[in-house]
Amino acid sequence: MSIRIISALVLRYLFLYTRTPMRLVELVFWPLVDLVVWGNVTVFIQKNSDAEFGGFILFFLGAMILWDVLFRAQQGVAISFLEDVWTRNLLNVFVAPVRTVEYLSATFFVGFLRILVTCVVMGLVSWIGYSFNIFQLHWWLVPFFLNLMVFGWSLGMISTALILRWGQAAESLAWAVPFFIQPVVAVFYRVEDMPAWSQPFAWLFPATPIFEGMREVMKTGTMNWNHLWLAAGLNVIYLTIAGWLFVWVLNMTRKRGLLTKFATQ
Amino acid sequence: MSDAPDTREVILEARELTREFDGVKALDRFSFTLHRGEVLGLLGANGAGKTTAMNCLLGLTLPTSGDLFAFGLPLQANRIKILRRSNFSSAYTALPGNLLVWQNLLVFARIYGVPNPKKKIAELLELLEIPHLNKRVTGQLSAGESTRVNLCKAFLNDPELLMLDEPTASLDPDIADKVRKVVRKVQRERNIGILYTSHNMRDIEEVCDRVIFLHKGKIVCEGTPADIVAQSSSDNLEDVFIKIARDGEILDEPKKDPAS
Ligand SMILES: Nc1ncnc2c1ncn2[C@@H]1O[C@H](COP(=O)(O)OP(=O)(O)OP(=O)(O)O)[C@@H](O)[C@H]1O
Ligand SMILES: [Mg+2]
Repeated sequence: MSIRIISALVLRYLFLYTRTPMRLVELVFWPLVDLVVWGNVTVFIQKNSDAEFGGFILFFLGAMILWDVLFRAQQGVAISFLEDVWTRNLLNVFVAPVRTVEYLSATFFVGFLRILVTCVVMGLVSWIGYSFNIFQLHWWLVPFFLNLMVFGWSLGMISTALILRWGQAAESLAWAVPFFIQPVVAVFYRVEDMPAWSQPFAWLFPATPIFEGMREVMKTGTMNWNHLWLAAGLNVIYLTIAGWLFVWVLNMTRKRGLLTKFATQ
Repeated sequence: MSDAPDTREVILEARELTREFDGVKALDRFSFTLHRGEVLGLLGANGAGKTTAMNCLLGLTLPTSGDLFAFGLPLQANRIKILRRSNFSSAYTALPGNLLVWQNLLVFARIYGVPNPKKKIAELLELLEIPHLNKRVTGQLSAGESTRVNLCKAFLNDPELLMLDEPTASLDPDIADKVRKVVRKVQRERNIGILYTSHNMRDIEEVCDRVIFLHKGKIVCEGTPADIVAQSSSDNLEDVFIKIARDGEILDEPKKDPAS
């Protein structure tokens, strides 16, 4: 694995973002809209409930921000790949001495950068606009952030594999995949509030213990370490499976001779 | 040239390369060698299998059967090592359109680990007579301009092996002529082995030392362009091309096996 190659690929995305400011708008604009909607909902609920619950309900904003960590990481991988497809650059990359792991690492890093931009903006707005300080999560933020980012990468690889398999017609999966799982990973509500039959499914995803943990930390200042271990363990499994799936699909496209068709259509 | 065996190092070799798509053979036991410093033209009608051959040789498409070697190494197991010493350009790929020309070239220079990339890029732009395009948006270039930028990318890593798939497609005769001359010049200076496809016979006659005619994935004949014209009952390469494309044979009644 070569840092030089990864940084060269990252440089390409940085050039892209500076050349096309519209991409930055998307990074900042949508999260803001989301945040304002949920922020206003929170204010509304706060005004119509007792003080204790009113303070706790701020978890909506925490959930919004953490959800965006996952979503941006996934987008970093999936959209970076699509950028190469849209610009017919994929072949140039595949005939260059770039290993799959280097290519993926570059997209991971782009995911990380996207998260930074979005989170800084959302963190500031939620603090100034709704007096929600994301740093009330203290050091817990670090494992939350890492776990959600890694899960986002896995989802990104899965989305990309699906797009490779089904062609550009499946492009919208790049945006849709995270939302397929949003209902079951308990972003805005507790697992115990979900229908009983669906609760076991919730614990199959590493995001669930993180969102549960976030609410716990906001309420009690600490959380069950077992939740963190569960998230980390599940992440290892997801990352392995997603990486394997991506490589498998890539080889299959090579075998079927579809890689070049895909890259030049 | 055709009588004396070529003693230069073989840098690319296909042995019985076969590639099927849904049971149809796009390449049928295709074997050839390319030597260091040689330009080998791959000719044939639309669908003859030229691009498929190149894609297999680049590792983009896996062969159904057969063996591929570059620089004496089996291709699949040494893909990255081989790609470091090779490059590719075609009329069908593009560099990201929203970046500036120098940005694109810099990214690829870094990927290929070019020492002193800025200097190298300036040299190549000079060589292809396009220094003025340096700060242009890649996507706004004309076909001829972007072909030359693509060629810059292909020369970045001083490849020993270069694959060019229809590099002159969509170029006007003047620019096509310039591109041919530059390719030939760089190729001679650096002793590059080039696999070259084109539908332009002028291209082939000027650039290629040797050509292989493919028809439905099989070799119909090979030799220097002059040899091939001499072997056939035609006056020029273009007529040979048309003959092979229509009949799959070089002669009306085959007198000898031209491929031997
Ligand atoms: N991915 C694919 N799936 C199915 N068939 C394919 C695929 N790629 C190529 N083929 C078929 O293989 C044959 C050879 O195609 P190829 O692109 O190699 O031709 P070519 O010689 O490059 O033609 P052209 O001069 O038009 O570029 C064609 O019949 C084509 O339809
Ligand atoms: Mg072709």
